[in-house]
Amino acid sequence: MKEILEILEKDARLSAEQIATMTGVPVSEVKEAITKAERDRTILKYKTVINWEKLGQEQVWALIEVRVQPQRDVGFDAIAERIYRFPEARSVYLVSGAFDLAVLVTARTMQEIASFVAQKLAPLESVLGTVTHFLLKRYKEDGEILEGEEKARRLPLTL
Amino acid sequence: MQNIRNPISQRVMKISPSGIRRFFDLVSSIEDVISLGVGEPDFVTPWHISEAGIYAIEKGHTAYTSNYGLLELRQELSRHLKSRYSLDYDPNSELMITVGVSEALDLALRAILDPGDEVLSAEPTYVSYMPCTILTGADFVPVPTTVENEFKVQAAEIEKRVSGRTKAILLGYPNNPTGAVMDRAGLEQIAEIAQRHDLMVISDEIYDRLVYGVEHTCFASLPEMKERTIYLGGFSKSYAMTGWRVGYAAAPAELIEAMLKIHQYTMLCAPVMGQMAALEALREGEDAVKEMVMEYDRRRRVIVKGLNEIGLACFEPKGAFYAFPSVKSYGLSSDEFTERLLVEQRVLAVPGSTFGECGEGHIRCCYALSLPAIEEALERMRRFVRTL
Repeated sequence: MKEILEILEKDARLSAEQIATMTGVPVSEVKEAITKAERDRTILKYKTVINWEKLGQEQVWALIEVRVQPQRDVGFDAIAERIYRFPEARSVYLVSGAFDLAVLVTARTMQEIASFVAQKLAPLESVLGTVTHFLLKRYKEDGEILEGEEKARRLPLTL
Repeated sequence: MQNIRNPISQRVMKISPSGIRRFFDLVSSIEDVISLGVGEPDFVTPWHISEAGIYAIEKGHTAYTSNYGLLELRQELSRHLKSRYSLDYDPNSELMITVGVSEALDLALRAILDPGDEVLSAEPTYVSYMPCTILTGADFVPVPTTVENEFKVQAAEIEKRVSGRTKAILLGYPNNPTGAVMDRAGLEQIAEIAQRHDLMVISDEIYDRLVYGVEHTCFASLPEMKERTIYLGGFSKSYAMTGWRVGYAAAPAELIEAMLKIHQYTMLCAPVMGQMAALEALREGEDAVKEMVMEYDRRRRVIVKGLNEIGLACFEPKGAFYAFPSVKSYGLSSDEFTERLLVEQRVLAVPGSTFGECGEGHIRCCYALSLPAIEEALERMRRFVRTL
C-alpha cells in the first residue's frame, strides 16, 4: 500500500497495470488499494504541477503570517476554518514561532491580495495582526526545480 | 609513423579494439535516440554527497592524500565492510582507495600476475577483464556461462579449465553485462576450488548494493577466503558517483602493499574531493542507496516484462541494472540486430558479442533510465521486432 502511494505521489498518471508491473503486486490488488485510498481520503486528489510563468500568466502569490487569539474549547481550529474557507487561501498551516497561522494566498494581482488581507483577513475577530510577504521568484515547487536544472549528461554508450 | 620500427607493444597489439566504436559514430548521426547502452546510473549524485565535495574544495582540500587514501575514509570503509559483510580489514594496511574500481582491478591483476599465468573468468565478461589481464602478459581463459544457468558461473566449468599455470579466478558479480547474481552455494563451490588448487580470487563487487529480492554474498566473507581474495568495490554505482572516480581494494596487507607500489608510482592517490564526497556517502548515503535501488527494481520489472512480451526472451536479472535478453529467434547476429534497431527505430542497445562469444545471441539493455523512456524504448523495439 505505502509503495503504491509513493509511486503515485511521484507520477499520478501511472495506470494500475503499470504500478502492478513495477511492484510485482497483482493488478486487482493495486486497483483495490487505490480505490480504498481514494475513498478514505488518503489520496486527496490528483493534480498537475504547472509552471504558469511559461505562459506569461500573471499570478501573484503571498505568504501571510497571521497572529491570532486562540479561542476557548476550539483553540486555533475555528479561526483557521474561517480563513481556509476562503478560496483565495490555497494552503493554511498552524505553525510554531512568532506567529500562528501561515496562509498561502494567490490572486491575479497584488491589489487583489491586498484587498483580501485588508477586507477579509485582518478584520476577522481574533486576528491580532498580519504580515504579508509577496513571492518574488519560485525556485522549487513540490519537489520540482522550476528552471536552470540541467539534464545529467551521460555518454550514450559506456560499457 | 611509417619509419618507426614496431612502434606499438606486442601486448597492446594483442588487445582487439572494441567492436562497438562504430556505434559511437552512428549514434551521433541520429537524432532522438533512446539509449539502453549506458553503463551508469541516470541519477545525479545525491546532493549532500556533492555538497561535501564542494565543501572540501572550499576548505582548501586540494592536495595529495596518502597513497592509501584518506585515513578517515579507510576507517569509515572498514566499519562499513564490518557491518555489511562481517569482514575485518585493518584500515592502516588492508584497505586502499583507488581511482574507481577500474584502477583497483588493474592494480590487482598487475600485482599478482606474471607472463604466462592464467586467469579464469566467466564469459560473457565485463569488457576490461580480458584486456587488463593481457596487458600484464598473462592469459585470459574464458569460462562459458549460459542462460540456462542464468549466467552464473559453474564451479565444474571453472575446474575443467584449471591448469598448472592458473593463478587466479576473476569474479564479477552482480554481473555486467548479464545482471546475474551468484548465490552463496555457488560461491562456496568456487571457494573450495580456489582452496584446493591454491588459487587467488579477485572479486569485483562494484554492483554489490544493486540486488533485487536476493542477498549479495561477499566472496571474501566466505570461510578462509579473506586471505586469498582481493576484494574490489567502489562508490560509482551504489551512490551514483561514476564521474567522481573513487573505488577501493581490500586484501591482506602483503597484497595491498604490492598494489600500492604500482599505485604510488602511477596514480599517487585518488582525487581528494572525490574521497571527501565518498566519506559523506558512507556516513549519510544509506537512504539514498535504498531509494535508488527501489527505483531500479521497479524499472527492472517493467523492462523484463516488456522484453518478454515483445518476444525477446529475458531471464530475470537479479542484480546491477542490465537486462540481457536473447535475440536468437530472429535469425540476426546480435551485431546486426542492434545496428538495425538503432537505425530503424532509434534505440541503442549493446550487442552481446561485445562481451565475448558467449554473449552472442543476446543484447545488453541498461534500465538505468526513466520509466517513460524505458516504455518508449520497449514500444520502439516492439515495432522493430514486428518487421523481422
